[in-house]
Amino acid sequence: MSETFTKAMARNIFYGGAVFFFLLFIALTFDTVQTLPKRDHRENITDSVVRGKHIWETRDCVGCHTILGEGAYFAPELGNVYKRRGGDFIKAWIKSQPTGAPGRRQMPQFNLTDQQLDDLVSFLKWTSEINTSNWPPNIEG
Amino acid sequence: MQYKSQAVAKPYFIAAIGLFIGQILFGLIMGYQYVVGDFLFPAIPFNVARMVHTNLLIVWTLFAFMGAGYYLIPEEAETELFSPKLAIIMFWIFLVAGALTIVGYLAVPYATLARMTGNDILATMGREFLEQPLPTKVGIVIVALAFLFNISLTVLKGRKTSISLVLLLGLWGLAVFFLFSFYNPSNLVLDKYFWWWTVHLWVEGVWELILGAMLAFVLIKITGVDREVIEKWLYVIIAMTLITGIIGTGHHYFWIGAPEYWQWFGSVFSALEPIPFFMMTVFAFNMVNRRRREHPNKAATLWALGTGVMSFLGAGVWGFMHTLAPVNFYTHGTQITAAHGHMAFYGAYAMVNLTMISYAMPMLRGRSANSGPAQTLEMWSFWLMTVSMVFITLFLTAAGILQIWLQRMGSNPMSFMDTQDQVMLFYWLREIAGLVFFVGLVLYIWSFFCKKGEARFAA
Repeated sequence: MSETFTKAMARNIFYGGAVFFFLLFIALTFDTVQTLPKRDHRENITDSVVRGKHIWETRDCVGCHTILGEGAYFAPELGNVYKRRGGDFIKAWIKSQPTGAPGRRQMPQFNLTDQQLDDLVSFLKWTSEINTSNWPPNIEG
Repeated sequence: MQYKSQAVAKPYFIAAIGLFIGQILFGLIMGYQYVVGDFLFPAIPFNVARMVHTNLLIVWTLFAFMGAGYYLIPEEAETELFSPKLAIIMFWIFLVAGALTIVGYLAVPYATLARMTGNDILATMGREFLEQPLPTKVGIVIVALAFLFNISLTVLKGRKTSISLVLLLGLWGLAVFFLFSFYNPSNLVLDKYFWWWTVHLWVEGVWELILGAMLAFVLIKITGVDREVIEKWLYVIIAMTLITGIIGTGHHYFWIGAPEYWQWFGSVFSALEPIPFFMMTVFAFNMVNRRRREHPNKAATLWALGTGVMSFLGAGVWGFMHTLAPVNFYTHGTQITAAHGHMAFYGAYAMVNLTMISYAMPMLRGRSANSGPAQTLEMWSFWLMTVSMVFITLFLTAAGILQIWLQRMGSNPMSFMDTQDQVMLFYWLREIAGLVFFVGLVLYIWSFFCKKGEARFAA
């Protein structure tokens, strides 16, 4: 790099750029947080949804599945599974695991109670109603 | 080694390498579970193996970052470390906490672990990469703060170079942004939005400052190029990193419920994120070409150049490939993401750690460089690991393209599991490439114990 461009100038660009863009990020975040209620439908987050998210987390579902495209890529996307399969199918599926089919990917048996299964379904139903800008491309996730 | 207290870096580097071995072993288990689904089930379900794989990556990187800090800060500040004793105490706390966490993942069901460790008091677990139980998260904060306290005071009482300053900024940023891992709102959208403040602002933000500082330090040492030149490059690179990377966080906000303007902000800024990585490549080659001395440690030079190239390919090129919103609409959450993640993490963070270890370990063992045969082994391990990682990435990319084609395009899309069966061939090839990587890793470990030709290089 040329001699006229000094280390002090480079340092100033670094500090100036970092501060400016971090402040811009905070401003955008502020706007996002204001806008979110219209997109996440938080008025529908019932106690059951809250408990369902807790089940989702404490069974580390995200270690195999994706939810809104984030997580592991070993098992199907579950952000829209409520729309794809419906609540009854989801509960029956979880209860019947593992399939034990030789050589196939296996999902553990979590021994969830009926209440816990209902909560998990509430969480997945609420999740499926988030405005995700039409993602995923189709129902298969 | 110029200062006695730099020696505390040695256990950190050894632990880092040990955990790296664990990470690769669990990676191989998962790779095999991709093709033989019930392998080790129910003893080690896939999600448990994945937690171990990714958490070991994070922890060995943190060990290596801390080792790098303890090694380079005294030399940069031209003074002994503030408290070597604190560094050793923290080492054991971190190692034991890390080991207990891994044992916890493997020994009891995750829900039980959550109950045992106070997750009902403050629920933070069960989110990707932040699966650690509450005590482990608190432990990470304590260890990080004690480490920062130690090296910050060392810098304060000694010479203040740009490299130490950038390293300190990066490490303080690491600690500060980790605090978002304690924020877990019941609204999934908010949860995800701020989860990225830890995950993205780490790997595409402050960690790059740490990476840049480590690389700059090693380049000064092995090339003898004037510090002013190297530090100027460092500032320009990290300026570009933060200018592009902070708003670049938006590329994670396309489809999680955030407003749609993020598709513009995220696409434009993250499309520029390859720039600092490209500059890093140019920087490394430029400095080595302009070298004023022939450092006997050829292996460290190779790792430094490799870091530049592979971080550009993995983070830069493979990141750019799926970062524009219209492309990401189809690639989001597929094997494309996995492909990018593997080469980016290996190319940027694993390789800069191995660069630092390659340069510092011989010094810590009382010689300026390892013997010729030991370096040859290490360079073989470089090529085996790096080339096999390129192939892992290519196979996962092929799997991802096929997956998108079958599952997300066309009028008659296949289900997820039917698609997985169709791409099985690439998962087999990936696992074979993974085994080659493991061979490279074994050679790497072996290079530390290679006694051939040692006498000639004794310092």
